[in-house]
Amino acid sequence: MGNTLENMVEVKGLKKSYEQIEAVKGVSFSVSKGELFGLIGPDGAGKTSIFRILTTLMFPTEGIVRMMDLNVIKDYKTIRNHLGYMPQRFSLYQDLSVEENLEFFARIFGTTIDENYDLIKDIYAQIEPFKTRKARKLSGGMKQKLALSCALIHSPEILILDEPTTGVDAVSRKEFWEMLIRLKEKGITILVSTPYMDEANLCDRVALIQNGKIMSIDTPEKIIGNFGRKLWAVKSDNVYQLIQDLRSVNTIDSVFPFGEYLHITVKSDDDNLTDLITILRGNGHSGIEIQEIEANIEDCFMELMQ
Amino acid sequence: MNENAENIIEVKDLVKKFGNFVANDHLTFEVKKGEIFGFLGANGAGKTTAIKILSGLSYPTSGDVNIAGYDVYKEREKVKKNIGYMSQRFSLYEDLTVRENIRFYGGIYGLSNKYIKEKTESLLDRLKMREIQNLLISSLPLGWKQKIAFSVAIFHDPKIVFLDEPTGGVDPITRRDFWEMIYEASHEGITVFVTTHYMDEAEYCDRVSIMDRGKIEGLDTPGALKDQFKAQNMDEVFLKIAR
Repeated sequence: MGNTLENMVEVKGLKKSYEQIEAVKGVSFSVSKGELFGLIGPDGAGKTSIFRILTTLMFPTEGIVRMMDLNVIKDYKTIRNHLGYMPQRFSLYQDLSVEENLEFFARIFGTTIDENYDLIKDIYAQIEPFKTRKARKLSGGMKQKLALSCALIHSPEILILDEPTTGVDAVSRKEFWEMLIRLKEKGITILVSTPYMDEANLCDRVALIQNGKIMSIDTPEKIIGNFGRKLWAVKSDNVYQLIQDLRSVNTIDSVFPFGEYLHITVKSDDDNLTDLITILRGNGHSGIEIQEIEANIEDCFMELMQ
Repeated sequence: MNENAENIIEVKDLVKKFGNFVANDHLTFEVKKGEIFGFLGANGAGKTTAIKILSGLSYPTSGDVNIAGYDVYKEREKVKKNIGYMSQRFSLYEDLTVRENIRFYGGIYGLSNKYIKEKTESLLDRLKMREIQNLLISSLPLGWKQKIAFSVAIFHDPKIVFLDEPTGGVDPITRRDFWEMIYEASHEGITVFVTTHYMDEAEYCDRVSIMDRGKIEGLDTPGALKDQFKAQNMDEVFLKIAR
């Protein structure tokens, strides 16, 4: 089913309230077949609420949500058969072994490990040597691989991953994204949420989300292209002092640390900061560097927040 | 940070074994007063084990560990009095108010009521949280909780504060506000010992140590590490060491 559909996911005017709190405040987006789509934002932005509605686990308060052109309220049983979901706290059975967990999920969906082994082979092979070990005894990285294998065992059309890399070290994060990109190449539509802004660049399209609202939705390149103002990187030998000094320059708009540099925007883009080096030298700074740079996704996110 | 400052943490040949498993394999390093020291490593590299020893919660198998002038074998209670600790799952009481949490921690560290009261007033002003002092912690946004948790961790003026992934999950502006609090604490002479998975945050540290499989494989300023590993940024340094 669904092979000819352009939009695998379609969300229009979605709202979700929990008593007085409005967690999702009117969100619209669509995801086409084979796309790797990212929901990028901090805790409390509404990412998990949106995913729980998409996976038919929770009703929307308002709005229309269609998965594979099916209605999430009426057609939830059909949708679930074609959906893989990896929640943030992986829903593994702690007292079942690696293999028993996988078998359990396969049987629920009326399939077998053998039938879809090809799809999970790359991932499962890494934990297969430990297949008799109980899930609770696995390391974080191994749990993550098992949970992903379980979410894939029924060969879903759409895979939804809620913050799969939160709290995971930089090496494991990189490996996880390589797995996702291989799955995408197999034609699976993937929706993934993350608080790590740098992971946006690995998605085809992203929605930047904050306080229940999508601030921007586009390819990472276009979001960066829309930054719309000049951005400068500045450093000196005393970063702490440099932050204070730059904030007291009244032509400067924002000052944020970014790794070893500070990123600054200026109130008027005609200002080429020609005087800045003199000002900073006057303040006793040494090792001063100032250069114009291109924004990254995190710069864009912060600009949109203000 | 002052290059000539005294050492506030001294670790020599620290080994910690669990059965045959060597979680910390001859760690040796020093951290100076007021330094921001980044303690990085892959999941399972042995960071948490080391932090538990440094904070007096667990004994080393062998080696010398001196924290704020006290020996972790013989003077564990003194070690604990002189450090602060904040973890990602920070230990604020959700069903106490902001003010009650501050008072509770002040009490645990044996500070006098008068001192707690005075310091609470100045802290509430500094955090600009006077208006919300009587709200329950559970009702506050994550970023505010993190700031309060950090303030509580240094309320008793410790010599060292250990921060275990303090900035997980918050938006990028709040994350940077938090780092400014760290800079400020360091400026006031508190040594900051911090773990993080954000590699840009590694750049904010004075020096960074990177652990892999129980050993320290890199230890220097971010600039020197990038030179040493011929890397553009700390992300690359980390991948070269831990992959």
